Amino acid sequence: MLECLPKEPVEHTTGKINPAKTCQPLGAMYAALGIHGCLPHSHGSQGCCAYHRMHLTRHFRDPVMASSSSFTEGASVFGGAANLKTSIKNVFAIYNPEIMAVHTTCLSETIGDDLPNIIKQAEIPEGKRVIHVNTPSYQGSHVTGFSGMCKAMVSYLAEADGTGKKAQMNILPGFVNPGDMREIRRIVSLLGVKMIMFPDTSGVLDTPLTSRYQMYPDGGTTVAEIRDSGNSEVTLALGSFASHDAADILQDKCGVTGIPLRLPIGIGATDDFIMAIRDWFGVEIPASLALERGQVIDTLIDTHFHYQGKRVAVFGDPDHVIALTEFLLTMGMVPVYVLTGTPGKAFETEITKMLEDAGVTGARVKAEGDLFELQQWIREAPVDLLIGTSYGKYIARAEDLPFVRFGFPILDRAVHPLMPVVGYRGCLRLIEQISNALLERRDRDCPDEDFELVL
Amino acid sequence: MLDPYPDTVKKNRKKHLVVKNETAECCPQIEANTRTIPGIISQRGCAYAGCKGVVVAPIKDMITITHGPVGCGYYSWGTRRNKARADETTPKEKIYSQLCFITDMQEPDIVFGGEKKLAKMIDEVVAAFHPRAINICATCPVGLIGDDINAVAKAAQERHGIQVIAYNCEGYKGVSQSAGHHIANNNLMEKVIGTGTNRKPGRRVINILGEYNIGGDGWELERILGEIGYTVNCILTGDASYLDIKNLHLADLNLVQCHRSINYIAEMMETKYGIPWLKVNFIGIEATNESLRHIARCFNDPELASRTEVVIARETARVAAVLEQYRKICRGRKAFAFVGGSRSHHYQHLLRDLGMEVIVAGYEFAHRDDYEGRQVIPTIKSDADSKNIPELHLSPDPERYREAHEYLGLTKEQYEALIKDVPLSYYEGMYPDMPSGGLMIDDANHHEVEEMVARLKPDLIFSGVRDKYIAHKLGVASKQLHSYDYAGPYAGYGGAINFARDVANALSTPAWKMIIPPWEIEDTKGRKSHA
Repeated sequence: MLECLPKEPVEHTTGKINPAKTCQPLGAMYAALGIHGCLPHSHGSQGCCAYHRMHLTRHFRDPVMASSSSFTEGASVFGGAANLKTSIKNVFAIYNPEIMAVHTTCLSETIGDDLPNIIKQAEIPEGKRVIHVNTPSYQGSHVTGFSGMCKAMVSYLAEADGTGKKAQMNILPGFVNPGDMREIRRIVSLLGVKMIMFPDTSGVLDTPLTSRYQMYPDGGTTVAEIRDSGNSEVTLALGSFASHDAADILQDKCGVTGIPLRLPIGIGATDDFIMAIRDWFGVEIPASLALERGQVIDTLIDTHFHYQGKRVAVFGDPDHVIALTEFLLTMGMVPVYVLTGTPGKAFETEITKMLEDAGVTGARVKAEGDLFELQQWIREAPVDLLIGTSYGKYIARAEDLPFVRFGFPILDRAVHPLMPVVGYRGCLRLIEQISNALLERRDRDCPDEDFELVL
Repeated sequence: MLDPYPDTVKKNRKKHLVVKNETAECCPQIEANTRTIPGIISQRGCAYAGCKGVVVAPIKDMITITHGPVGCGYYSWGTRRNKARADETTPKEKIYSQLCFITDMQEPDIVFGGEKKLAKMIDEVVAAFHPRAINICATCPVGLIGDDINAVAKAAQERHGIQVIAYNCEGYKGVSQSAGHHIANNNLMEKVIGTGTNRKPGRRVINILGEYNIGGDGWELERILGEIGYTVNCILTGDASYLDIKNLHLADLNLVQCHRSINYIAEMMETKYGIPWLKVNFIGIEATNESLRHIARCFNDPELASRTEVVIARETARVAAVLEQYRKICRGRKAFAFVGGSRSHHYQHLLRDLGMEVIVAGYEFAHRDDYEGRQVIPTIKSDADSKNIPELHLSPDPERYREAHEYLGLTKEQYEALIKDVPLSYYEGMYPDMPSGGLMIDDANHHEVEEMVARLKPDLIFSGVRDKYIAHKLGVASKQLHSYDYAGPYAGYGGAINFARDVANALSTPAWKMIIPPWEIEDTKGRKSHA
């Protein structure tokens, strides 16, 4: 596998080889799918929309609907205003969504289409909405695009009706799976707090098969709910890269207090999430949640010898990797290489501090990195385990490493989008996966005389 | 089906639909290769996808650098399943198919130009990997900001002494992937094909054009053709090497599998070198048998003809019993097929072998000739979009051009007789193979597919990944015919067995019978009494 790779370290300063990120529009499309009755719309060439739909579909294994402005060379020269206006007219006539969420592409950004103006001039049926976000592919990553669409939801839709705040909170869940969003909802319902979560792709990208197809499934946050988020007392923004900016805008626009948190992956981050709700609303922690937490601690103590002290390489989206790195430290593991493809020095600062506090020395931490570089690091000094998206499988095979799939996208294994990694239950799943990967490797590689029944 | 459309859309879409009418003399005209209406949820991709994703990326020993922001290169990394392995001239160390190279243009590159970044990346890639040659594929912003990738390629070629080829395949060109196929064909024809001098040893040297080795299809064809006694020079571009493509012209016959994506090279090689081309279809037992017989006839060699019959008899017998068990499940089932620019036609043969009928078939990015046959090409009107794709006007190579009959070892008279029986340089399109009353639909969109499923109730939909789960939610089985749901090969004899098994499994997987929960079944039957 990958015999073509250079045997010695080489200079790699330009471009990406085996990228660990993709472009903004994909994230914007995913976020838009979390609005009920929404058709995401890609303002660019058909190919962008085709690629984004295919990529999301491969991960979720559920229908991903979106339309395109279908630019041709003419539109690229003269501007895409006519294409967008025609699109808006046709989409409402034929596909009849409640709302269209338009994102741009590097094509429409480079020619400088003025979306707010074009949308203003478009024929939008009474009661329907069109929102937009600028998602130039030559800045940030798919996480930036997700964050951008969340910001657009707030800017366009959230409103404070001026009659005082309601005893409810908003949750911006970040670029997580529908299974994670369901789990967040379950935890909050155990705490008994009223919540508006947006975007919410549960019920959209994890739908049951009933032989009754719905182009717009039952799930997703309704436009009315997003509007009402302006009346909430507080917003929990999960993940600094995907969610914090939208919470800031909501605070400025509607006076909703924003509380920046990590994604609730791992015990520490889940504790913080639950404590933030308890502290704000003064609710009691139900025994069922305490039990779940206790089970995680019990499992960690019981199984630490499966994984403690092992060297790990982790890559993926920044909010996921930040939270997971903290949990790996809780597990007593040693994250020696931590990488995200998304640009942002904050990632490096936060992880580096975390590792220093834990006494991990000699680690390499990088934002805007790529998997070619990660593999070079692993070749210089090996690790015991690789954790990341499906793209890690090439490295895992070439370097003969156990591999745990985590984050977005997972293209070669099913069921991941349905199974949460957030919350205390998510901790158990991560412990099981990490532990199993290492033990399966031990069972596979050990001599017959060392092959044991009980581990 | 067209009712909800605004008038302009209705008028447009009507022209993309043709119903097979046995009594009509020829195929009614179908509109194809024209713009998709903005806002319509089409299956189409872009010129970059057709050039880089389809034609160029499978070339295993070239490094393909996508010049643009991160997305396009990332999405086309590892998703098309064109398999590659080492061979006598290309060791594992020279295969780059599983890597992804992108200049990852940032805002300053868009503002000030990305040429320097591209040049630097080429330098680093050459130093690190030492590839035999490099492709550079352009994405949308590259053309808009005016980066001269051809100049960058030329300079890099001089600097490094290896060929560096630039493809101006910006996504906005043309109306679909098709534009990209054409751009890739032009570049390979102009810059690579004909630059080699090594003819493969052996007799009856042939190329398989437009075979991308998805799931290993090309290797199954190579096996069959090798057993009969042909020397496969190059499969273009599935598992192809740059070295083989340089020698593409040193063959006696070009077989064309995917007509849409590669007919340009077949035609240009005929013009420049005189090499005849034959449209083949290796999808389906009968179709494979017919194609093999056609190829054998081209060479008019009794020994070849008899070996062909031996292989046909042996292979057909080998698969017949296996297919029969799956035919029991498949027989009488109706299917839709919406794939690419040849598969919706090719698979009709294999499905017929299984007793299934394709009642609706369409292409995403075909031209009229793929539906109606190549005789309509002179009547196809060019428009603003097709005019933007350059045509190469080649003339016969003064040194290398030979008459077609000389390549085949025939006399002129034998060749004249041959072309009356075997459709050399011709493709009849999908229409003749459509069942009576069947619907041909160009650039089918989401609304139309949903409506047709409701009305015609197919048992299986063959399409891409975007349609796959929609079909499932509609209660209809589906198989991806771009990626074969990660299985294959589906071509040739061995492929037919794989396909039959996968289709039978898709139709019969037990969960289909459990969709309605028991409490709802009870509700419809009336509650059970618990007296």
